[in-house]
Amino acid sequence: MPDLLLELFSEEIPARMQAKAADDLRRMVTDKLVAEGLVYEGAKAFATPRRLALTVHGIPTRQSDLKEERRGPRVGGPDAAIQGFLKATGLARIEDAKIQTDPKKGDFYIALIEKPGRATIDVLAEILPVIIRTFPWPKSMRWGARSAKSGSLSWVRPLHSIIATFGLETEEPDVVKFTVDGIEAGQTTFGHRFMAPAAISVRRFEDYEAKLKAAKVVLDPQARKDAILSDAQQLAFAQGFELVEDQGLLDEVAGLVEWPVALMGSFDAEFLSIPDEVIRATIRNNQKCFVVRDPKTGKLANKFILTANIDAADGGKVIVSGNERVIRARLSDAKFFYETDLKTKLESRLPKFDQIVFHEKLGTQAERIKRIERLAAEIAPLVGADEEKAKRAAHLAKADLLTEVVGEFPELQGLMGKYYAQAQGEDDVVAAASEEHYKPQGPADRVPSDPVSVAVALADKLDTLAGFWAIDEKPTGSKDPYALRRAALGVIRLIVDNTLRLPILNAAKSAMVGLPKKGDAQKLPDDLLSFFADRLKVQLRDQGARHDLVDAVFSLGGQDDLLLVVRRVEALGKFLDSDDGKNLLAGTKRASNILSIEEKRDKRTFDGAADAGLYNLPEEKALAKAIDEVKSEASAAVQKEDFAAAMSVMAKLRPAVDAFFDKVKVNDDEPKVRENRLKLLNEIRAATRAVADFSKIEG
Amino acid sequence: MDALPAHMRPERSFQGFILALQRFWAEQGCVILQPYDMEMGAGTFHPATTLRALGPKRWNAAYVQPSRRPKDGRYGENPNRLQHYYQFQVIMKPSPSNLQDLYLKSLAAIGIDSSVHDIRFVEDDWESPTLGAWGLGWECWCDGMEVSQFTYFQQVAGVECSPVSGELTYGLERLAMYVQGVDRVYDLNFNGREGAEKVTYGDVFLQAEQEYSRHNFEHADTAMLFEQFRMAEEACRKYLAAGWREGGNQKEHLMALPAYDQCIKASHVFNLLDARGVISVTERQSYIMRVRELAKACGEAWIHTETGRAA
Repeated sequence: MPDLLLELFSEEIPARMQAKAADDLRRMVTDKLVAEGLVYEGAKAFATPRRLALTVHGIPTRQSDLKEERRGPRVGGPDAAIQGFLKATGLARIEDAKIQTDPKKGDFYIALIEKPGRATIDVLAEILPVIIRTFPWPKSMRWGARSAKSGSLSWVRPLHSIIATFGLETEEPDVVKFTVDGIEAGQTTFGHRFMAPAAISVRRFEDYEAKLKAAKVVLDPQARKDAILSDAQQLAFAQGFELVEDQGLLDEVAGLVEWPVALMGSFDAEFLSIPDEVIRATIRNNQKCFVVRDPKTGKLANKFILTANIDAADGGKVIVSGNERVIRARLSDAKFFYETDLKTKLESRLPKFDQIVFHEKLGTQAERIKRIERLAAEIAPLVGADEEKAKRAAHLAKADLLTEVVGEFPELQGLMGKYYAQAQGEDDVVAAASEEHYKPQGPADRVPSDPVSVAVALADKLDTLAGFWAIDEKPTGSKDPYALRRAALGVIRLIVDNTLRLPILNAAKSAMVGLPKKGDAQKLPDDLLSFFADRLKVQLRDQGARHDLVDAVFSLGGQDDLLLVVRRVEALGKFLDSDDGKNLLAGTKRASNILSIEEKRDKRTFDGAADAGLYNLPEEKALAKAIDEVKSEASAAVQKEDFAAAMSVMAKLRPAVDAFFDKVKVNDDEPKVRENRLKLLNEIRAATRAVADFSKIEG
Repeated sequence: MDALPAHMRPERSFQGFILALQRFWAEQGCVILQPYDMEMGAGTFHPATTLRALGPKRWNAAYVQPSRRPKDGRYGENPNRLQHYYQFQVIMKPSPSNLQDLYLKSLAAIGIDSSVHDIRFVEDDWESPTLGAWGLGWECWCDGMEVSQFTYFQQVAGVECSPVSGELTYGLERLAMYVQGVDRVYDLNFNGREGAEKVTYGDVFLQAEQEYSRHNFEHADTAMLFEQFRMAEEACRKYLAAGWREGGNQKEHLMALPAYDQCIKASHVFNLLDARGVISVTERQSYIMRVRELAKACGEAWIHTETGRAA
């Protein structure tokens, strides 16, 4: 079956847009083909800085013919209805319609519509221009003389030519005939801008890709990435260094070149007095170059690797020296910033925060820092941190936001604070907290473990959460502009990974104290707690654990010790995986179901102790005894926070419950006996609540 | 280029470099203008770009524009930051389909050979909040250094460009430093002579950088500048109001250019006030908005003038 080759050749497409654009092109064309009844065998899209390309192979030559019967109005129906029917079906006269007899409803007209399948190349000629005109670029533009006319084409940058061919491998393919805004689809493209700018005529994907390669264009982004990475690794290795790999940079650089050539340059070793991270940020962000390190020390070397877009006539000498000049100038700036920063103590920067608004409803940064200081000091004893150190750390933790280096490279916030704090002789744990208190930033990020960092990290996140809750800026749907979900997950991980005992309700209440806008002191902490419960569920689900158990535990009420919640959930999960657990859950559910039916029937509940005098079957007595034992043993185990033990106690309930349902008829004819048995069922439910609310558990 | 005397070669002298660019763009059919006689932050503010980018008529021009960035003053101590520098500006309306090629040829004309240099077009979306203008294009990189800006104007002074113009801006000092191989702007050879006859960029501008840095950061009279801003704003509005005429069956404007001068003035005065640090963060936004309102009103007036409107 024939293949389609499509290329859209333009001026330079922003690197960050290329991958999605290739994907969009593939999706839009193949979706349209399928919608037109043309099922294809495979499709692949590519992007370079100057072109989007798509190959779709194994498309049928024609659509299949369509036959459709359409039912029309009653024979002898109103003329308007008949005229409408003719118009809708394209029939010339009503005599061309069939008549179908229906014994109940009478005779109806039926139109037989035959739609012969069209040639695929004609379908393509129709759908491709529409796709090009409606292509979802994040930002697009008009250009040239045609931009004066309304309805002129928008593209990411000026579009110059289009290839669209369709045909069999063995034959000369046909050009799909269409024109978009004066650009006629054809078979011509162009090679590398500098090394092979001449026009190239192509027929199909295989010769297209090969001819481009001969014209110094590597079509496949992955091939460019592989080449850059392995060349860069080799350049580094040859000099006894190791490439500092950087996927984001690699993706970007591969989108800036059609013919990657890795080259190594160096900079003055005196710049190595700047922290490695600052050197890397300077070279990476501004110059889009890689850095290399000494594998023995792990420290950066005074080398960098650039990716040129050309095999230069002089082997790249001029290119390397040009890049070295720019990097020298950039590093001089960075060194100047770093040295200037070191001249000012962190605390003397703080008064400036009086002028900086954190959020218009939550006051200035200075006010926020004071809140975090107080909260960190309060949390310190609960997490085993020195109160004074926690306070000092919180006092300084944000100061680096006002430094030159962080102004230039915001991603270095925290890290620079650590370096500057160390330089001014702060205690190591205080300095470390500048960096660590932002952590964990996401599910994959490291969780700090030093108690001082933990105290400040918790204070920072709790202040954020309480603050935005108080002004009612909670996350909704996909919108979470203040990253509150991440903050809550951070709190959970800080507590759980460090096995901390921190009642979250108290902490939330305390966090509210200093806020300029207080929020509802009654409702807010509970609201926040249920937000934590939701986050915990999401986290457990992401880890592949059962999230319904979180509800089963929170539903007990008063559960604001997240560590205990997690432990209880874990123990419960293990228990429910055992046969005892499964059967007990089934038994409890059965008891609950019977109860809710009978409660509804009698319009009452069956609370209160069962009367031992009314038991007349051994299974009743055995169950009552088991419940008593289990209740006291389970609560004792829960008191000791030994949830595994509490669960194994629960297991004892199972044979008694099974036997009870096996032998005892709950709805006894004698009302008193029935009532007593229902009370007993209620006690099963009550007993299990020592560990969890079983009714919230799925399955 | 061999016909040129050595001192006029673009890699030898700053003035030869500028002349080479002018000659190149003159050959592409551009009118070569002289700098606008007002202080402005960038060549884009020149009415030959801002106003001429509007309306349907063809327009191809190139010129040098001294650009004032009061905040970038460094008392002559930074090797490449200046509060006064030269931009070379090209505008072509409508943007020709070979504008990228023309740009690359212009680099060749000033001695940048694309077979040994790594020239790149790196995404850069241009926006001027004060001019109510935006466009898409690139920073042009040569061996990792940004040497030009390349923009397809989509909107200027709040008016949709129809047709779109292509705008090129060359940072002349930076490019010339690269071509001459010097690391300090003040070491640029200005006149291409050697020995006693040699005049450097520093000979011409170092004292000015020092004096203007003192002025911009320490002494510029802020009370006067606030007043000047207010006066320029008022004058701009007054001239705009006075310029409208109901002629025949269409509105026309007779004083868009003088009104726009006052907008340029207000913008530069704002930059000076900003350098003096007397405008707070919140006020800053409102000043930018005020200049933009003037620019938009001037753009609206311009498209009702003889040159700015549809034929």
